[in-house]
Amino acid sequence: MISALGMRMRRFGLRLWRPKRLDWPLLYALFVLACIGLLTLYSASDENMRLVISQALRFVLGGLMLLVVSRIPPRVLQAWTPWLYAFSTFLLLVVAIIGEGRGAYRWLDLGVVRFQPSELLKLTMPMMVAWYLHPRHHPPSWKHTLGVAVLIAIPVSLIAEQPDLGTALLVAAAGAFALFLAGMRWWRILALVALAALAAPVAWHFMHEYQRQRVLTMLNPESDPLGAGWHIIQSKIAVGSGGFFGKGWQHSTQSRLDFLPEHTTDFVFAVFGEEFGLFGVLLLLCLYLFIIGRCLWLAAEARETYSRLLAGAIGMSFFVYVIVNGGMITGLLPVVGVPLPLVSYGGTSAVTLLTGFGVVMSIHAHRKTHE
Amino acid sequence: MPLSRARLKDARGETHLFRVRALTGFALIVLAMLVLATRFFWLQVVQHNEYAARSTQNRVHLRRLPPPRGLIYDRNGVLLADNVPAFRLDVTPERVKNMDAMLKRLSMIIPLSDDDLKAFRRSLKQHRAFQSVPLKLRLNEDEIDRFAVNRWRFPGVEVVPYLSRHYPQGAMFAHVVGHVGRINPSELAHLNPDLYDGTTHIGKTGIERYYESRLHGVPGYEVVEVNADQRVQRVLQTHPPKPGESLYLTLDVRIQKAAYDALDGRAGAAVAIDPRNGQVLAMVSTPSFDPNLFVGGISSSDYAQLLHDPEKPLLDRAIRGGYPPGSTVKPFIGLGGLELGLRKPSDTVLSTGVFHIPGQARGYRDDQRYGAGRVDLVQAIEQSVNTYFYKLALDMGIDRFSAWMSKFGFGKPTGIDLPDESSGVLPSRQWKRIHRNQVWFPGETVIAGIGQGYWVVTPVQLASALSTLADGGVPHRPYLLDAVRRGIDGKRTPSPMPAPGKPIKHDTKDWDAVLQGMIGVVYGDKGTARGLGAGFPYVIAGKTGTAERYSRTTKAYEETTNTKVLARRHRALFEAFTPAEHPRIAVVVVLEHGAWGGSVAAPVARKILDAWLAEQKSRGTAPAPSTSTSAAEGTP
Repeated sequence: MISALGMRMRRFGLRLWRPKRLDWPLLYALFVLACIGLLTLYSASDENMRLVISQALRFVLGGLMLLVVSRIPPRVLQAWTPWLYAFSTFLLLVVAIIGEGRGAYRWLDLGVVRFQPSELLKLTMPMMVAWYLHPRHHPPSWKHTLGVAVLIAIPVSLIAEQPDLGTALLVAAAGAFALFLAGMRWWRILALVALAALAAPVAWHFMHEYQRQRVLTMLNPESDPLGAGWHIIQSKIAVGSGGFFGKGWQHSTQSRLDFLPEHTTDFVFAVFGEEFGLFGVLLLLCLYLFIIGRCLWLAAEARETYSRLLAGAIGMSFFVYVIVNGGMITGLLPVVGVPLPLVSYGGTSAVTLLTGFGVVMSIHAHRKTHE
Repeated sequence: MPLSRARLKDARGETHLFRVRALTGFALIVLAMLVLATRFFWLQVVQHNEYAARSTQNRVHLRRLPPPRGLIYDRNGVLLADNVPAFRLDVTPERVKNMDAMLKRLSMIIPLSDDDLKAFRRSLKQHRAFQSVPLKLRLNEDEIDRFAVNRWRFPGVEVVPYLSRHYPQGAMFAHVVGHVGRINPSELAHLNPDLYDGTTHIGKTGIERYYESRLHGVPGYEVVEVNADQRVQRVLQTHPPKPGESLYLTLDVRIQKAAYDALDGRAGAAVAIDPRNGQVLAMVSTPSFDPNLFVGGISSSDYAQLLHDPEKPLLDRAIRGGYPPGSTVKPFIGLGGLELGLRKPSDTVLSTGVFHIPGQARGYRDDQRYGAGRVDLVQAIEQSVNTYFYKLALDMGIDRFSAWMSKFGFGKPTGIDLPDESSGVLPSRQWKRIHRNQVWFPGETVIAGIGQGYWVVTPVQLASALSTLADGGVPHRPYLLDAVRRGIDGKRTPSPMPAPGKPIKHDTKDWDAVLQGMIGVVYGDKGTARGLGAGFPYVIAGKTGTAERYSRTTKAYEETTNTKVLARRHRALFEAFTPAEHPRIAVVVVLEHGAWGGSVAAPVARKILDAWLAEQKSRGTAPAPSTSTSAAEGTP
């Protein structure tokens, strides 16, 4: 993969910067989002400039990835898809055997950098589903649906086993969206949903104790206000006390006085809600909607089935971040480690996300060549 | 499905299908976002007030600021009770993971006595987990330093500055000023938490307890912002506490010291009162103890030692010690005889050594074995002739006797501003019926005439009665609170004097006769305290008393004249006031083991009077020397 990328780089290197080929509305929206993210982090981290700069560097790295990937024609990506998928799944296996991390086996130490192979799957999963479905008839038959299900199940079960429910959910969603966009029949979707509902007690049985606790806590946080319920309660207090216009930038007491845990990472949205109020939250949600809508729009413009499905799935899985994180901090959903995209500090999610948008840009940039 | 349709992909149809799905997907996403937005609306608009309140509750705490306790001064502004900055060790239970292990580790750095630990565990139960509880009071420099180095090992344990009570005069004022101590559970139940939150100590005895509500003050509070660890980040508002009132007592530290030194640790008490108004100038009970021991929490061994000391140092003899008044009541009885019209000053009685109630065999003895001969009232007081008063008491009868005596306050508390004053016992028919369920015998009237029998007085009671006598029959309730000062820089405002009681109706000539008798005690050639007035510029009027602790029926009494043996069964009393014509100070001295009032108790009284004189001279308020002094002294 690296060598292939290098070759492409050489070929496209001279024309790396081709502004007309980029989708500027999407890029602007991402830029605004990144700025909001940095401002929120600056406040949420108590003016910790080191943290803000380190996050900004991630954005720069992600931006470069975006530019580079936007130069790679979708055809090339398509050709490499099975290998990338197989490689990333293999890495997951490696992590399962030798990985390390705090309690959960997620990280792979490469000496220079440590990264989570599961992040790769966020991209290679929709790629693989799109690749699998693109030559096949739409809407997909039962057989093909089953095929997609297997493709999704293998890495997702590995990730869930780590255990990293958040990422597993995102990866599974990315694959499922591709299937949805390929036109999977509604009654089959409903049947699957019904099946999932029936399987819930079984899943409950296989859940870790802490995961069960999180579900129970979400249902009734006040049952253990100082323990498991603390996160949700403090997050709701932060959001609720923000009111309509918020307490103002840098005036989040919940975060500043450490009542709100993880206030730069998973719960940064609560800080945002406290400081900017419902007004800010609605604007932010609109910005997210715009980005998602723009991705779907760009996807619809593409002529190639693979590109369409991939761009659409990437756009829609962005939504999962927002809804799961937003649901978590407002107490609608259990606590799952899903960051608020491009706002939460840390991890590799910013780079992964921007790389994904690079793929969308690439699809947009190369749409005419396939006419 | 037909093969051809399976193989040939319908590009247009797929594009259309995709667009429909993308649109449907987006619509669903918008719907989900709307649900999320509604949730935000619910939290941030509908429930905003509740969450805003909880957010404030999270971070804004009220911290009680205990008020500094009012100080206590003597009448001249000499400090009797002070607040000194000290450091204590506080523990916040919530932040200590394993209390036992922590205490064990801590005790290796700072010695923790069993008493500290016991008190700590008791107050742990009275406080909520987030409230800090004092573990050890009054840390010394060494302990503070050692803890500072090891502080990181003890989360939840802190060295906290506070004001500790200190009694610079120590044992000298231990009983009257009293002391503070840690609030105990039963006290806590009765305290207003609004006033005592954050306060660790409360007045336990003496003035400290009686004027607790005035000394305590009103706590203030601070509005502070805390973080999730409950650490204070900043102070948002301060409402300073209102310090307790500082009290100026009527006591004079020099007179007190003279009395304390003169008693010299012997079991006894001395009370000095200004008869003109009831101000208590000195009030000492000995042996005494160091009240400072109680402030930091007295160790149980120290406490046991004080408690089991046979001399009972913790007992405030001045207001709770009960003694038969003995001959000190003779002037009152003599006056009664005159006022009730039973005697004239010139009436005489023959003292033969033994007095008999007509028709009864039992004899009541005089001090002198063969009697003092024929004596009038003045001589009877001067020489303390029992027979005179036996007969007088018998003539009065117990009912008139008790009624007269109760006018001087015998048998009831004086109402001095101190807690737990005893009322003593004034013998009466009614008292005996209630307490002994027996009828009154005439013989009991006879011995009441010399201050024996059921009669019990407290030193302050006798001093109060003496003041009333000295002031010509105007009773003044004895009191200690002279003035108060509100706030640190407030002005000293005199406390209202208690109104004088109803004057005892009297005939001046009668009172003069009694006074002459009392002057004779000090200056007469047969006076029981003769020589006491030597070198004193004013005429002193006095009366000795030697009360028996045991009945005289034992044979040993007859045969022993050994002072040491007598001392064990006698209580020596002396009462005096001066200047005789316009008394300004009345003194009562009681010694539990004195052999004779005149020889043991009277010199103590003289030292008190000397100190009073020096004090008057230093202020320039000393009255002109009595003109009659030299005459009285010159009398052979």
